[in-house]
Amino acid sequence: MQWEAVIGLEIHAQLATKSKIFSGASTAYGAAPNTQACAVDLGLPGVLPVLNEEAVRMAASFGLATHATVAPRSVFARKNYFYPDLPKGYQISQYELPIVHTGYLDIELEDGETRRIGITRAHLEEDAGKSLHEGFHGVTGIDLNRAGTPLLEIVSEPDLRSAKEAVAYMKKLHSLVRYLEICDGNMQEGSFRCDANVSIRRRGEHRFGTRAEIKNINSFRFVERAINFEIERQIEVLESGGAVVQETRLYDAGKDETRSMRTKEEANDYRYFPDPDLLPVELDAAFIEAVRKTLPELPDAKKSRFMEQYGLSAYDAGVLTASREMADYYEAVVEASKVEGKLAANWVMGELSAALNRDGIEVEDSPIDARAFAGLLQRIGDNTISGKIAKTVFEAMWAGEGDADAVIEAKGLKQITDTGAIEQMIREVIEANPQQVEQYRSGKDKLFGFFVGQVMKASKGKANPAEVNKLLKQLLDE
Amino acid sequence: MHTKTLAELARGLRDRAFSSEELTRHYLERIKRHDGQLNSFITLCEDSALARAREADIQLASGKPGPLAGIPFAHKDIFCTDGVRTSCGSRMLDNFIAPYNATVTERLQQAGAVMLGKTNMDEFAMGSSNETSYYGPVNNPWNPDTVPGGSSGGSAAAVAARLAPASTGTDTGGSIRQPAALCGITGLKPTYGRVSRYGMIAFASSLDQAGPMAASAEDAALMLQAMAGFDPRDSTCVDRPVEDYSAGLNNDIRGLRIGLPKEYFGEGLDPAVAKVVEAAIAELKQLGAEPVEISLPNAGLAVPTYYVVAPAECSSNLSRFDGVRFGYRCDNPRDLEDLYKRSRGEGFGPEVKRRIMIGTYALSAGYYDAYYLKAQQARHLIADDFKAAFEKVDVIAGPTAPNTAFRLGEKVDDPVTMYLSDVFTIAVNLAGLPGMSVPAGFVEELPVGLQLIGNYFEEDRLLNVAHRYQQVTDWHTRIPKGFE
Repeated sequence: MQWEAVIGLEIHAQLATKSKIFSGASTAYGAAPNTQACAVDLGLPGVLPVLNEEAVRMAASFGLATHATVAPRSVFARKNYFYPDLPKGYQISQYELPIVHTGYLDIELEDGETRRIGITRAHLEEDAGKSLHEGFHGVTGIDLNRAGTPLLEIVSEPDLRSAKEAVAYMKKLHSLVRYLEICDGNMQEGSFRCDANVSIRRRGEHRFGTRAEIKNINSFRFVERAINFEIERQIEVLESGGAVVQETRLYDAGKDETRSMRTKEEANDYRYFPDPDLLPVELDAAFIEAVRKTLPELPDAKKSRFMEQYGLSAYDAGVLTASREMADYYEAVVEASKVEGKLAANWVMGELSAALNRDGIEVEDSPIDARAFAGLLQRIGDNTISGKIAKTVFEAMWAGEGDADAVIEAKGLKQITDTGAIEQMIREVIEANPQQVEQYRSGKDKLFGFFVGQVMKASKGKANPAEVNKLLKQLLDE
Repeated sequence: MHTKTLAELARGLRDRAFSSEELTRHYLERIKRHDGQLNSFITLCEDSALARAREADIQLASGKPGPLAGIPFAHKDIFCTDGVRTSCGSRMLDNFIAPYNATVTERLQQAGAVMLGKTNMDEFAMGSSNETSYYGPVNNPWNPDTVPGGSSGGSAAAVAARLAPASTGTDTGGSIRQPAALCGITGLKPTYGRVSRYGMIAFASSLDQAGPMAASAEDAALMLQAMAGFDPRDSTCVDRPVEDYSAGLNNDIRGLRIGLPKEYFGEGLDPAVAKVVEAAIAELKQLGAEPVEISLPNAGLAVPTYYVVAPAECSSNLSRFDGVRFGYRCDNPRDLEDLYKRSRGEGFGPEVKRRIMIGTYALSAGYYDAYYLKAQQARHLIADDFKAAFEKVDVIAGPTAPNTAFRLGEKVDDPVTMYLSDVFTIAVNLAGLPGMSVPAGFVEELPVGLQLIGNYFEEDRLLNVAHRYQQVTDWHTRIPKGFE
């Protein structure tokens, strides 16, 4: 039996505003519990929400970046339910009239194919606080620092067909919100989290199967695993003659499984209605145009430009534009070094990325800044050092031993291009290996590599390889 | 001193005829002497009032006093007052000491007014008789066996008995105007958005509005001047300049067209009350106003519409009272659900529960369209009626309440009859218009109120009409027996 998965994602991106969506309290992460919750966040009697304009601007920029409609009129609604970390007994969200709707995002699959994923809507809402269950001896602590933090909930169409596609979509979205600087994308701190709606159907079937919603998955790896587990689980249920139940499930990363949280029957009736404390959000064309003007170059456009301007492959351009910081770094390196785009790409994606990954450092915090890195590439470009020596120089720079020229100077790594010096070394090698010379001269051409190796060794790798080749040939053939 | 109007007291303070401390002591003593009979205060703020009064005296001496410097007032216990219990008439908030000031509280403070204490009210402003208060009913000073009206019953009784020269009230469906009528004082509900709701404990957010309650229109104008104005902390507060409410009080009202909605003079109105109201209108005619019969065809929708909209909003607004962060919490909760159920079950009284249940039902899946949405549509029809009327007339007049003060306990078990006490006031809230009640006479020694309804932001016109009326009548100067 051939099964097809149908997946839609709901992504909560925490907007990078300084203050909360309906109050002036700070949104900074990690403060002592309840020190960043003002009267409004605490839901004290009598307090009222006032919308943070910056959150609106950020939502609008997201809408423009995803080719969506930024609604001229959207409405905040109350979602009513009781929970200890929900201070007012309702969450202010948007329901019937979201601020953004009907957009899309193109994703690239591993086989190079591009797929267009619909974005149904993106709406503004406030986050709840946190219940703390550890360290309170049988009672639950409540931290309302997070209460009122602005979220953009981004709902995709059920256009995704595999866990891999879901991850590709999520990564693309993650990259986009960081490009737009509307979300820091920090998944560990919960700034970017995902609910996945998963159902399966027989291949060729047009109707959707019954779906399960997996809540609050906070890493790309877990999203892939949770969806794959859920697809397998549903296949098993259907193939053994059962029926999938519409329910909310939780992914347990420790056990790598999803388990039921509540079924549809247990679901709340949220009694949504327009929040009478807030006016409808009305955005005119001038506002939307002003936001459009602030949009940075977006990943897809940047990728195309990199391919054209720097002669990069689609793959290289894709990797380099996956984050705005990486793209900025790369461009700064090329601009400052004036070396070929491809050479810079190889080095940024190779040595630099490897070192960043190894040490868990973000490119913007790289110990070698773009200017210094450009200095290194220039020395490769002007033949001061070979590629091989450059790796040694890179490591020294990474370790903080100075810029490329200083390292080359201090370690005496400058490439030898003086033909006299190289010729001297070659003559010494020929003299020391009479047997090999005889064999070579009697037709054993393969030995040429041996002589190159000996000369390079004698020069401690600093001899210009092209020069060595040329002179060696001359001298051996004398 | 207590027979003087607020305006006269302000002059007396400025002329140093008496100090704010003397004045404040006088009212505090009156409250102590008389309020045992009335129960109009929940909390008395003797020490802080005297301290504020002394500050006001310094202000007055310095020559740069605020407009209400040294004037004592009674504050409805729905407004948050920093460091002072703010109970909202409920057991739920009996232990709640607000950590911040409502905007109205702040503004009155800035104007120099001296808060005497917090007045009794129907629980969470839900009621028309002040009988739903956790702190017990308030007695009407005109007849202690009758109710003062509600929900601002304590504020109305206190001013009627001259235990305070003025008070604050809030009006969601008539809660300023109806008790003002039943206690024989002047009360004004401003246009929705004219006064900030920040720090005023919400009952129904789209209807709630704070306003002044005083002995006369002139006094109400002084109070409103201090209360009104834009507040960035309330998104529904309107950013437009505040009129000078005292400036036009004496304007001529000749040629003013006064609309008399036929729906307000028909079934349900006590004929004796109707007579008093008609006499008041005749008086306005004497002043040169022109009565015009009009129709508000959807007037009958007001009460049913209100009892969907207001409970729906209240069911959500009152969710924050969950026993978790503040207010009443039940003893020894077994688990979270028990905490919620018993804290709310024990903390709220029956009328509040009734409205939470009605509202929850009206917003439920499957009922939302039939109730909440339908009510919103009806609300538009009601507002459109007024819009059409104000194309023909300048002010609308009619009775504030269908009857005079009823007996304590008379309607308490019959919510629908109780709800009809507000049959003439509710539409004004649904439309967001300003409305006012002015003392217009008596029926069997109980006061009757004349209601004046104005177009949006025409509080100044209402005050002008009321003031002119009060220049030729003395109903507003009458003080109930035993409180002279």
